[in-house]
Amino acid sequence: MEEGYAVVLVYSTAHALKAEKALQRAGLSCKLIPVPRHISSDCGVCVRIHRADQEEVLEVLETVGVGIEGVHNI
Amino acid sequence: MPASLRPGDWEVPLDEVIYFDNAATSWPKPPEVTEAMVRFLNEIGANPGRSGHRMAVEAGRVVYEAREAIAELFNAPDPLRVVFGSNATEALNLVLRGYLRPGDHVVTSSVEHNAVMRPLRALERQGVEITVVGCAPDGTLDPADVLAAIRSNTVLVVLNHASNVVGTILPVAEVAAQVRAQLIAPLPAPLLVVDAAQTAGAVPIDVQADGIDLLVFTGHKSLHGPTGTGGLVIGERVDLARLEPLKRGGTGSRSEHEEQPDFLPDKYESGTVNAVGLAGLTAGVRWVLKQGVEAIRAREEALTRRLIDGLRAIPGVTVYGTLDPARQTATVSFSIAGMEPSEVGLRLDEEFAIMCRVGLHCAPAAHRTIGTFPTGTVRFSLGAFNTAEEVDRALEAVERLAGDTRRRTHSARRMMHQAGYEQQGG
Repeated sequence: MEEGYAVVLVYSTAHALKAEKALQRAGLSCKLIPVPRHISSDCGVCVRIHRADQEEVLEVLETVGVGIEGVHNI
Repeated sequence: MPASLRPGDWEVPLDEVIYFDNAATSWPKPPEVTEAMVRFLNEIGANPGRSGHRMAVEAGRVVYEAREAIAELFNAPDPLRVVFGSNATEALNLVLRGYLRPGDHVVTSSVEHNAVMRPLRALERQGVEITVVGCAPDGTLDPADVLAAIRSNTVLVVLNHASNVVGTILPVAEVAAQVRAQLIAPLPAPLLVVDAAQTAGAVPIDVQADGIDLLVFTGHKSLHGPTGTGGLVIGERVDLARLEPLKRGGTGSRSEHEEQPDFLPDKYESGTVNAVGLAGLTAGVRWVLKQGVEAIRAREEALTRRLIDGLRAIPGVTVYGTLDPARQTATVSFSIAGMEPSEVGLRLDEEFAIMCRVGLHCAPAAHRTIGTFPTGTVRFSLGAFNTAEEVDRALEAVERLAGDTRRRTHSARRMMHQAGYEQQGG
């Protein structure tokens, strides 16, 4: 199993909160954290997930209609 | 010491005040609303969506929960399609000024509030064409008249869900169904904009089942939130590229760009939102959902029936509208023969501690429709917290005022008669 975290960049805080709710409902752990500066100059939050869950997470977010700007390992 | 107010020279304990001005803003609010706002200010505080720390995320969560509550109440397809603003007027300005271009045609009704008519009249000067479909004197609208007014360049149909003057509910779902059924492709059906300032939280609304493309709501009336809250539910048929924002500015997203974001809700929510107000609004909407809109509606309908029947039984009182509680909100307009609405309002306040609104209610077209322009009416608007006992006390008060007027008219006639008689005799 792949270890460590990845962050999913979404459009805005509202989208991050929608993502968080959907992931919690799906039983996938996540945390909203500030967007790491080396990834984007955006001042908002992104969704930190376990790298191992990435595929499932992206599936859930697509189902509920949360647009994704990028996924980065951290 | 119990809370009290001074509506004149004497002090009235707040629990003896009869508040019949819920169509202007509802009062009292459920205690949960105040508690949620105090909690936000004391324990959450930060700017929603502007920073990444946990207090900011928590504030963002409060705002997101307001979107969820509104989406649940109106069956919006997605909480992100709920856009907040400071009131229904701002949301209507966003829609009308953001969507209409010179050469476009709009169909609206003759019972609209100035929140619709003033932006439309200003747009008319810039080349937008407007058709105002006449309503009957009881405020009712025939969907066939709306359909007949639609042209090839009609892009919006803008309707009050209920008149703020007489409470008459307009058949918005029937209009949506007929407009969509009758129009032939490739002409796209115009979007239906519904101003639900008077009905949100008091009359069931399902934006998807009712075919409402843009639902405008206020937070501080039957949703029981504080003033300074309101907004818009944007349906899936709305072309976001065409709907321009009213304001542009910081959104907390895409900070590296100097162009406004093009996604919901950020495109239409520049500047820090009223998070403390939205904390209160969520509590208000949750209170409404807990009671159930149908239950609130049934209760208000019964009180409205009691009020209308009681007013109609008083000699000298004229009640406007459908006189049918099933076809209107809990807003009832009336007049007393021989007494100006302003005098009625002042005496109800000072002598009976009844708070109501008199005059034209920001809706001159509606008063022309029901035949009460420019004098206006006395408006009693009931809310979720009014009681049958309050209605009865108010009816007694109106009866006293109407009785005074009759006696005044009678003695004036007698004096004139005597004066005439003396002149003849002298």
